[in-house]
Amino acid sequence: MYDVTVIGAGVVGGLVARALSKYKLNICILESENDVAMGASKANSAIVHAGFDAKAGTLKAKLNVRGNQMMEEVCKELGVKYKNNGSLVVGFSEEDRAVLGELLERGKANNVEGLRIIEKDELHQMEPNLSDDIICALYAPTGGIVCPYTLTISAVGNAMDNGAELKCNFKVTDIEETENGYRVSSENDSVTTRYIINCAGIYSDEIAKMIGDNSFDIHPRRGEYILLDRENEQIFSHTIFRTPSKMGKGILITPTVHNNLLLGPTSYDMTDKDDKDTTAVGFEAILNSTKETAKSVPINKTITSFCGLRSVGSTGDFIINSPKKGFINVAGIESPGLSSSPAIAEYIEEMLKEDGLELILKPEYNPTRKPYYAFHEASAEEKNAIIKENPAYGRIVCRCEGITEGEIVDAIRRNPQPRDLDGVKRRTRAQMGRCQGGFCGPYVIEILSKELDIPYENITKFGGESLINVEITKGGQSQ
Amino acid sequence: MKDLVIIGGGPAGMSAAIAAYENGIKDILILERDSNLGGILQQCIHNGFGLHKFGEELTGPEYAWRYEKKVRELGIEFKLNTMVLDVTEDKVITATNTEDGLFQIKAKAVILAMGCRERSKGALNIAGSRPAGIYSAGTAQKYVNMKGYLPGKNIVILGSGDIGLIMARRMTLEGAKVHAVCELMPYSGGLARNIEQCLNDFGIPLKLSHTIIQIHGKDRVEGVTIAKVDEKRKPIKGSEEYIPCDTILFSVGLLPENELSKTANVTLSPITSGAVVDQDRQTSVEGIFSCGNVLHVHDLVDYVSEEAEIAGKAAVEYINGIQDESVLIPINTDGKIRYTVPQRITKKKDVAVYFRVSNIYKNVIIKVSDGNNTLLTKKKVKVAPGEMESITLKKEIFENVKELYFSLEEK
Repeated sequence: MYDVTVIGAGVVGGLVARALSKYKLNICILESENDVAMGASKANSAIVHAGFDAKAGTLKAKLNVRGNQMMEEVCKELGVKYKNNGSLVVGFSEEDRAVLGELLERGKANNVEGLRIIEKDELHQMEPNLSDDIICALYAPTGGIVCPYTLTISAVGNAMDNGAELKCNFKVTDIEETENGYRVSSENDSVTTRYIINCAGIYSDEIAKMIGDNSFDIHPRRGEYILLDRENEQIFSHTIFRTPSKMGKGILITPTVHNNLLLGPTSYDMTDKDDKDTTAVGFEAILNSTKETAKSVPINKTITSFCGLRSVGSTGDFIINSPKKGFINVAGIESPGLSSSPAIAEYIEEMLKEDGLELILKPEYNPTRKPYYAFHEASAEEKNAIIKENPAYGRIVCRCEGITEGEIVDAIRRNPQPRDLDGVKRRTRAQMGRCQGGFCGPYVIEILSKELDIPYENITKFGGESLINVEITKGGQSQ
Repeated sequence: MKDLVIIGGGPAGMSAAIAAYENGIKDILILERDSNLGGILQQCIHNGFGLHKFGEELTGPEYAWRYEKKVRELGIEFKLNTMVLDVTEDKVITATNTEDGLFQIKAKAVILAMGCRERSKGALNIAGSRPAGIYSAGTAQKYVNMKGYLPGKNIVILGSGDIGLIMARRMTLEGAKVHAVCELMPYSGGLARNIEQCLNDFGIPLKLSHTIIQIHGKDRVEGVTIAKVDEKRKPIKGSEEYIPCDTILFSVGLLPENELSKTANVTLSPITSGAVVDQDRQTSVEGIFSCGNVLHVHDLVDYVSEEAEIAGKAAVEYINGIQDESVLIPINTDGKIRYTVPQRITKKKDVAVYFRVSNIYKNVIIKVSDGNNTLLTKKKVKVAPGEMESITLKKEIFENVKELYFSLEEK
């Protein structure tokens, strides 16, 4: 029997599991997909918001500001890329200026530090590629960017290094109450647990309904993105937001921690939770908006596009409550969910403590985790040393991002173990460059096949039926 | 210190090395990132290579072996599994492999011969899902020809570049069904002979002015929606057609891989995405040469080899201190002629100028002028973007000009 079972290995589930893994608790993380970070945690704006958006007094406001304060330290401990690049909400008109003024006041009420309105001259000095039609901006120096999927992977990995267990491909179909807790079942497996933390993202309402909690609904909101190739210097260094409207924060332009440029998201309310299609209308909206915001955007550097589904809760705020003894909902974690995630974990810790769960610190708990090694970022001496130690670091597999075989093998051997091509991509960036795995895909499969000891033709893109090759024709790799 | 370092051991790199060796420079090093010499030819097991160069129809590996054999016979040094990470303007090359670790070499001259890569599906912003079963044509070719796997059984191909056409035939021969090759443009970007031999001979429909507007499928591709496009290449409402398939191959253009040229501060052409070169294939950086598909995408490997010979010979002259100081004459184009290589020439010798056109034109006159006077004309019955053209200019005709203009007139 587990003490705590976290349903959903997204960024929230991962950080909750990690926060609890410092105590003497048996922890289990259940994930319906073949890998962690498969929902909104891998397809979002990757922004650490300053915290001026949400209305004072809401959980969103409180946890965003706290999460923003915690993020740098958490990323440092977990070896995750984070950059405090600052953000700008740009205004095109006096009406926008008025809205920015409201945001400024709201930010002050939320205790966001350093906010100020800046005028055209200063603004265009900070970001020369902004459109000349932009007249002012709200500057938030505490805004940042983070790699959301490595944060999730590393949080889960750190929790596992500290004893937590991860079960992938465990799609919860039923929860029944037992004498001293719950039995959580999938089609072919089940676990018993004292506590359940429902971090199931877009499906969290369905999980809640399994214990009879019908108090909220989640609907998906589509967000499409376009990702541009890496550059040594991007055309923007800050995250550029449009002045918000009823439909949300609008389409932003931001550098990523890996020096790509990210454009998006769109915002369309949906009903189908499985529909992660990008749309022609969405692409057009992104391109039109970025054309208005920027003097020029090198769209010909597009390397991929994708879609994420935000979990929009029916209450307007994050839904964090305990409808039943031993069951905690962490639902409706839409923006600023990523920014708030470390604070949400802390909040859950408090809730469990108040509920009477005995939290005894483990002396062997290690909060730090070695970052995934990045050969291309190492100095010449370091590169030579590591190749001497392990020659596989001398073999570049992914040309576009400069990723070595050593890095891929290392990533496969660490918690949580990737079992498909996309899993290797998110951990190492191999296949994430301009050729999108055209060259290195076949080699990455070879390495995965060898490391996991599964046949070449059984390797998938992301689990399930997502096979890369369907048939052996000439004896395959074994010949 | 090396006299000559060649980056890339494909057809261009090997041909350049042999030419340099035969012209007197023996201290050569070829750096190749793959585990074999030969570049992309290794996986091009179809025939048709070498007609122009050897008067024979060779397969890709056979063509490559002719050069590799020579490289080995001459004892030209090469390092495999070696990735060059950086080239400086001063011709210091930083590379890595498992045996030498990270190492640097200074060269008197450098030849860039890194080849090109395929434009990926990701660059196109096609609506729909992102399941498994989407490959660039070259990746599928690698699985089928090098690895011995079939990536899918019901195929739709977007783009009628040569690799797409070759793969339509290849997948068919392996037992897959190719339902259609869709081409956004009203004409194919591939060679006429490939359309005949790879599509028509197998009854595979080529749908010109068509594109994929939606990809369907959750785990694996389940189908595509294609549509006809108008003159502006926008999908025409009502022309949509759903084709069930498990695989989509993309053959939507090749891009010279010039990341290293950028580290060396080599000036690149926005049209070819390759270096701007003179008739010696020397780039804007003295002593750094560029040839093959990294310079501009060729239609036939035979021309790659020829171009690399030019670069190899010229590198020898450079190393031996023979420099042409005469003023460079820029070659301008009119848009119908998309680009020329070289883009500028000196006055010292006759020069073959290669070029591509931007559309299909029939009964044309290619005109070379100095801006005022026509210096040379060449008639062609038909020119197409998929096929490279060339004109040889005798030095006498451009001895006294400041600029050259290439233009195309339709009759």
